[in-house]
Amino acid sequence: MKSRTITAVAVSAAILLVPVISASADLFHKKLPKNEEIVHALNRLTFGPRPGNVEQVKKIGLKKWIDLQLHPDNIAENPELLAKLKPLDSLTMQQAVLEERYPSPQMIQAVAAGRTPMPTDPSDRLLYERLAQRYKSRLEKKGLDASKLAEPDRAKLTDILTGDQIRIAEKGTADERAALLKSLPNDKIEQLVYALPGGGRKLFADASPEIRRKILQTTAPQQVVARDLWEGKLYRAVYSNRQLAEELTDFWFNHFNIYLDKGADRYLTTAYERDAIRPNVLGKFSAMLKATAQSPAMLFYLDNWQSVSPHAFTGNRRGGPNAPKRQRGLNENYARELLELHTLGVDGGYTQQDVIEVARCFTGWTIKDPYRGASFEFNPRMHDPGGKTVLGVKIPAGGGVDDGLKVLDIVTHHPATAHHISFELAQRFVADNPPPALVDAMAKTFQRTGGDLREVMKTMLTSREFWSQGAYRAKVKSPLEMVASALRATGADMTVAFGIANKIGDMGEPLYRKVEPTGYSNAGAEWLNSAALLERMNFALALTRNNLPGVKVDQQTLDGTPDALARAFLYTAVSPQTRQAIAANNERASVAGLILGSPEFQRR
Amino acid sequence: MSPLNRRVFLKSSALAMFGIGSAPHWLARAAEVAERRKKVLVAIFQRGAVDGLNVIVPYGDQLYYDLRPNIAIPKADVIQLDGRFGLHPSLQPLKAIYDARRLAIIDAVGSPDPTRSHFDAQDYMESGTPGLKATRDGWMNRALPEIKGPVSPVRAVSLGNSLARTVRGPIGAIAVNNLAEFQVRDTASSMTFESMYDKTPDKVLNGTGRETFEAVKLLQSIQNQKYTPANGAQYPQGRFGQSMEQIARMIKANVGMEVAFADIGGWDTHVNEAPQLANLLRDFSQSLAAFHQDLGEYMDDVVLVTMSEFGRTAKENGNRGTDHGHANYMLVMGSPIQGGKVYGDWPGLEHEQLYEGRDLNLTTDFRDVLSELVTKHLGTRDAEKVFPGYKNNRRSLALVSG
Repeated sequence: MKSRTITAVAVSAAILLVPVISASADLFHKKLPKNEEIVHALNRLTFGPRPGNVEQVKKIGLKKWIDLQLHPDNIAENPELLAKLKPLDSLTMQQAVLEERYPSPQMIQAVAAGRTPMPTDPSDRLLYERLAQRYKSRLEKKGLDASKLAEPDRAKLTDILTGDQIRIAEKGTADERAALLKSLPNDKIEQLVYALPGGGRKLFADASPEIRRKILQTTAPQQVVARDLWEGKLYRAVYSNRQLAEELTDFWFNHFNIYLDKGADRYLTTAYERDAIRPNVLGKFSAMLKATAQSPAMLFYLDNWQSVSPHAFTGNRRGGPNAPKRQRGLNENYARELLELHTLGVDGGYTQQDVIEVARCFTGWTIKDPYRGASFEFNPRMHDPGGKTVLGVKIPAGGGVDDGLKVLDIVTHHPATAHHISFELAQRFVADNPPPALVDAMAKTFQRTGGDLREVMKTMLTSREFWSQGAYRAKVKSPLEMVASALRATGADMTVAFGIANKIGDMGEPLYRKVEPTGYSNAGAEWLNSAALLERMNFALALTRNNLPGVKVDQQTLDGTPDALARAFLYTAVSPQTRQAIAANNERASVAGLILGSPEFQRR
Repeated sequence: MSPLNRRVFLKSSALAMFGIGSAPHWLARAAEVAERRKKVLVAIFQRGAVDGLNVIVPYGDQLYYDLRPNIAIPKADVIQLDGRFGLHPSLQPLKAIYDARRLAIIDAVGSPDPTRSHFDAQDYMESGTPGLKATRDGWMNRALPEIKGPVSPVRAVSLGNSLARTVRGPIGAIAVNNLAEFQVRDTASSMTFESMYDKTPDKVLNGTGRETFEAVKLLQSIQNQKYTPANGAQYPQGRFGQSMEQIARMIKANVGMEVAFADIGGWDTHVNEAPQLANLLRDFSQSLAAFHQDLGEYMDDVVLVTMSEFGRTAKENGNRGTDHGHANYMLVMGSPIQGGKVYGDWPGLEHEQLYEGRDLNLTTDFRDVLSELVTKHLGTRDAEKVFPGYKNNRRSLALVSG
């Protein structure tokens, strides 16, 4: 077989792909003025300054503040955030509990058909009974006139509400409906949800977040899982005191990207971010690499759980109803992305033969019960026991599960990995075309410390390049960064984050939904296009006019001259051109929105 | 309406909206553009590497069935074309276009670069320079013919909320996700933003901003109208169908668009390929057929070409799927095309005929196809500029008539 050799020199060529949207090289030698350092740090290490942040950092001292951000466990979390996260209970559940509490449609069908037993927990049981009942009655009604299905079940309704109340529920004004909902006890509301078609979407349109959550849980429980992820991510970005950790969690999830909507990953993404990514973002790279390699979410996303030695026994394999059938061959998907994306980088000097050898090493790394509790498992019967050679290193026959661990060890200590990771971090936190000297310094630290990510960050954060004019406002914000920074700058109160998550998707960054394993680019060019730019402007106007459901901005904070508002949101004067454009607009209420949609606010 | 009448109609009706004398600069440009008969090239990218062997099925070759005992398309289901090749059954909507000789198939075509990385292979195909990473712009941007005088702000359009690499480059290209939402929803603020981005010293945002507002103004005339596809065409629900519908709208509105790009993902079928491929191909072929039907006589000026970063392994893998391979197929559609034919030499499926012993070999370079479309259809003079460093040594495929 002809093998593919990739030379390692092309790394610098890859950089040229990015259109030049940052400053020229010599600006990386020019020091940032002292008075801009704090704003620069807040722009880069947080999702944008909140009112009062600059003064807080001044008081603590910039160095001390950065050190705190590098040790997030020493930062007390914002109670406001904790209160917002509390209802999102799926985020903290163990895998099996999550799957039981928020069952998939398939699970309900299996229960309804008697193929799967009812859960034992009484409240889960009640939920399943009702969902199964609803599923069955939908089955029975199939073939009936569709309009009839939209009719509420009157007999049930009259059991729950009085005639007057039914009239309000159906024909009342928004205020009357809200008052009615307030007056009802919880159990009645729950009954109502079941009695009304579509969970009574119209009646509950103006209900509190708790009630809406209840409705979703009782009508489409699976969707709660995705929704909690989106909302949790946004609440943390906007309200967390551990801002750098949040930025890094976003970075590393994207680095080890998985796709929320691929089969079992609908349920596995929560634990993946929480247990494989988040605890390791300032720890050892090898720990995160291993955690992702053994996570059911990654094993599923890149198909490794189904990769089998071509020589494996092909008769009746492992038992159990969830055992994958028809397993007969090697699947190279994970092996390739491990080398290309997770570690060495595309020019990291590996060959097609290396990909095959790595795939052989990882045969048998699979998932125990992917749809029921899902945990990592090594299955020796799927494993290729023969000897392998990976990147020139011989791995003797009979290594079993250690083959994969050995591969992770080889790639962790490979110089190409140190360089690739450092380049990506510098591209995210310094500039689209990071100065090679900085990347080299970070790579050196990576190698010296055995991939200690906190130390790599420290090298970056103490570098001349980070504190240079070349880095200052050189990055275009990602959609998440733009939205979160606008919410932070205006001190907005977000009670429902779901709609905001959708807006971020419209700007080109659907959260947890980048299909390709590459993740999103760390360079700003990814986000600069007309459709996305218009979305940003429309978002800025809607936010400041309180036209976004679930988000409120205190209009008093938006009062002020264009100059005062620019200072409040940007900590710098806007360009004379922007000021002039705003001055020509005589609709006062728009000023804040115009600033958030301005070219200046798109940079960080 | 004949093309000539259409152009006159656009000019007079658009001018009437504003009144003579008050017509803005862009409109004069648009009218100018409309005076010339624009050729349009549409490129479709099937991201994820579609399994070409199960799309353009070599059902005449027993080896195909030997290599794919579980996932081959049974002979009885293949839509037979010429005794050797046939279409996947989900491509039924395209059969009539093929029979009318307006759809051509090129088989065993692709990028000569050996990479099996989605990321690299897509990048190479979009830049039009296999193996060369330093290329900044996309081939479609370089393919735009030189124009003297005023040009439309929407010469190059990419559908979706990101700007595809294929159309990026020095000539302004825009991303349009949804025509109706392509605006700032408040006139006063729209004007303020426009002037802000027009004058900002931030070069990058200035560039994107100017392109955006020029395009917004040009598209305003069509974006708020209700659109009914012509000739009873029905676009399937979903992102790709919507993309095709919006490209058709922009072609008909004669706004000066010359190249358009859309993509459709999900083709990376490592596991349980058959049902996924059938569903995706249905969406794909229904969308293309609706586009063809909707455009009707407009197709006289339109050529559409499809591509995918590489093919998939000739042999099925252990999960009733296929892994990353090499050569693939391309479709070319439009009235200027000499269709009803499968182009390209068939390399065979014997082990020693396969690329690296595992994938369909390449007999036609994708740039052979594209450079012919670019020069003979779009009228770009210099194919060398569009595909730098590439010399087409073979004789022309003669895809484009005339």
